[in-house]
Amino acid sequence: MSVLWGRRILAGAMTLVAAAAMTACGSKTSDEGGAAGVTADVSGDTVKVGLLNSLSGTMAISEVTVRDSIMLAVEEINAAGGVLGKKIQPIGEDGASDWPTFAEKAEKLISEDRVAAVFGCWTSASRKAVKPVFEKNKALLFYPVQYEGLEQSPYIFYTGATTNQQIVPGLDYLKAQGTKSVYLVGSDYVFPRTANKIIKAYAAANGMTVVGEDYAPLGSTEFGTIVNKVKSSGAKAVFNTLNGDSNVAFFKEYKSAGLTAAAMPVVSVSIAEEEVKGIGTQYLEGQLTAWNYYQTTPGAANGKFVAAYKAKYGADKPTSDPMEAAYVSVYLWKAMVEKAGAFDVEKVRGVSDGITFDAPEGLVTVDGKTQHIAKTARIGKVGADGLITEVWNSGKPIAPDPYLKTYPWASGLS
Amino acid sequence: MTAVTPAPPSTAGAPAPADIAPGSRSGGRSRLRAAAGFAFGAALLFAVAPLALSDFRLALLAKYLCVAMVAVGIGIAWGRGGMLTLGQGVFFGLGGYAMAMHLKLADAGPGGMPDFMQLYGQLDELPVWWRPFASPWFALPATVLLPMAVAFGLGSLVFRRRVRGAYFAILSQALAAAMVILLIGQQGTTGGTNGLTDIQGFFGYDLDDPVNQRMVYFIIAGVLLALLALARQLIHSRYGELLVAVRDSEERVRFLGYDPASVKLVAYVVAAGMAGLAGALFVPAVGIISPALIGIVPSIEFVIGVAVGGRATLLGPVLGAVAVAWARTALSERFPGTWTYLQGLLFVVVVAFLPGGLASLWALARRRDAGPEQSRRGWPAPARRRASRAEAHR
Repeated sequence: MSVLWGRRILAGAMTLVAAAAMTACGSKTSDEGGAAGVTADVSGDTVKVGLLNSLSGTMAISEVTVRDSIMLAVEEINAAGGVLGKKIQPIGEDGASDWPTFAEKAEKLISEDRVAAVFGCWTSASRKAVKPVFEKNKALLFYPVQYEGLEQSPYIFYTGATTNQQIVPGLDYLKAQGTKSVYLVGSDYVFPRTANKIIKAYAAANGMTVVGEDYAPLGSTEFGTIVNKVKSSGAKAVFNTLNGDSNVAFFKEYKSAGLTAAAMPVVSVSIAEEEVKGIGTQYLEGQLTAWNYYQTTPGAANGKFVAAYKAKYGADKPTSDPMEAAYVSVYLWKAMVEKAGAFDVEKVRGVSDGITFDAPEGLVTVDGKTQHIAKTARIGKVGADGLITEVWNSGKPIAPDPYLKTYPWASGLS
Repeated sequence: MTAVTPAPPSTAGAPAPADIAPGSRSGGRSRLRAAAGFAFGAALLFAVAPLALSDFRLALLAKYLCVAMVAVGIGIAWGRGGMLTLGQGVFFGLGGYAMAMHLKLADAGPGGMPDFMQLYGQLDELPVWWRPFASPWFALPATVLLPMAVAFGLGSLVFRRRVRGAYFAILSQALAAAMVILLIGQQGTTGGTNGLTDIQGFFGYDLDDPVNQRMVYFIIAGVLLALLALARQLIHSRYGELLVAVRDSEERVRFLGYDPASVKLVAYVVAAGMAGLAGALFVPAVGIISPALIGIVPSIEFVIGVAVGGRATLLGPVLGAVAVAWARTALSERFPGTWTYLQGLLFVVVVAFLPGGLASLWALARRRDAGPEQSRRGWPAPARRRASRAEAHR
């Protein structure tokens, strides 16, 4: 009897599925055009924008600072009259350091809240997860963090550095210092692995040798083995793409193994002022970083930014490169909207080329073709006070080249 | 987690009678009730939800229902079989990756390669182990059979050696951790931490089209109902009784001449198959599968939903999984900064005050109503004793 019931239930369910599938036949992948985008709701006297950052989970420590500086930019713009006469109404969502959650929240911001633009994401994995959502809905994302390049979505503006604005200048600096061998240490995820691929191609073409390459799982604190390998490798410098907590353990181990910044400097690309505070200045003093902005970067625009940030969030809060890039992204969006005279995504994209902004890091210019921005590269040295001071800069903004097409040695990479 | 403390005299929170009593002994009323329940569920999923919810919310519900499918399997393996499966993410991932690999290859077209392989792997041709997944006739069965095969292999080794309790839980966790490390390390061929994303089509249908998204939802709802029907059959069969017996006293079952290892193996393999199917359907619904979805934390979250709902019942795991997933979304939208604390609080409250899960509320209420009438319902005395033993093993 019960077997019979099961079959009937099953048959019923299957019929329902079949019926539903037959009535619901949407467009095929071969069809042209696809879904029309969701238009932003700008009918009232406010315009909504989405803020998508991790407020919980492992990435929260970094992403909360980005959220804070986006909020600072929004408040400044609102105080100065808003965008096209409309006040910005920020809608915050928590990505929870979980990539599918980022996709879910992006969809919510676009289709439920109908925001005009979204600012946020940090890790490459979260960006890759939301990219199809923005492309499907033809909505805009402003991504404020340096990343591994090799991407160019029509619906993302990249306001952080791509590889030729951060990693390549970092290598140029080491080369100019006469460094012949490097050791690569990174967290095990997409950015370090891709960055190291680029570093190896650069080294091969520039007479440098990569004497070792090691990855630690994200969040790992076991660096005894890696530091021993680094020590015995005889490398002249270390290129460090570790992320988050792992840096604390790595630099403690590095110092206790007797390695010093003078004998074997470490160039880090994910350690900014906020992270220096967390790792401890005593472990980092004298080590190098590669970024586009430091709290100590000179200029009136930066003075104003640092003062406003400290006034709002506390005098002990440092400003860092991703925070600056996030702050800039809101102003760039405002400039694009004002130039287009509308919030419409396609119009905004259409006028983006050549938009400039007098940013804390200096003048930045949007490149309409790649939707990245031209930025000045800066190598800095960690000081005893926890701040980073510039020791070298590229002199002028470097045009973005996410696929490294203008570098002959990188021809095999993309 | 088998507790060693003696059974408390109270049976509060024991699974509902109808779920313990085998089908052969319960009357036609139980079957009728079940059929009515399924009809109600079908009406809710196929008529009410699509009408009441926006496209966005319906897509979220599709995601929750996939988690619920995993929960049905955990309900069988853990609630009925006593195996605390803390590594279901592995099977979910195997199913998800099998499906995503096929869809990525279908997107790339014949002879094409998924975009990330050129970017991160600089491969000139498709890796050998990707090739079979180009065919739907291989990929679709693989989403279910691959997890089942892995579960069979692991289960055969583990259950024969009488590994159980915390050791089994730790082993399944280790498997989830190992799989994540493997996937991340092979960035060029697996997409690394990014996973497989940006999936455009589903067997020729454009996933960007809301109509097709709706179709995916209907398929998921239908499959969930089918899995529930299957689970009910299993629970109410002779095998289902044997499984509960193994959970409660493995030695005694062995003494009676059964092989407890095979009994547990079947439940474990079925749960793995359900998780694999859930993973496979998760991919078109959400458009992503990544190591972050299959590691230790998501594996534990699968179990939490089941615990909240009530693991020993048929519907408890499903409702618990959907409720937890829904609460996660709702709380995080309303309180973006503090929702993780609220989620933690919810679990503490349920575990501390309702160890049998939310389903035990229902059972408790029903027992109060029924009072002494209970014995007239064809609820045999041995089964009742078994129910209280089950409680002892919480």
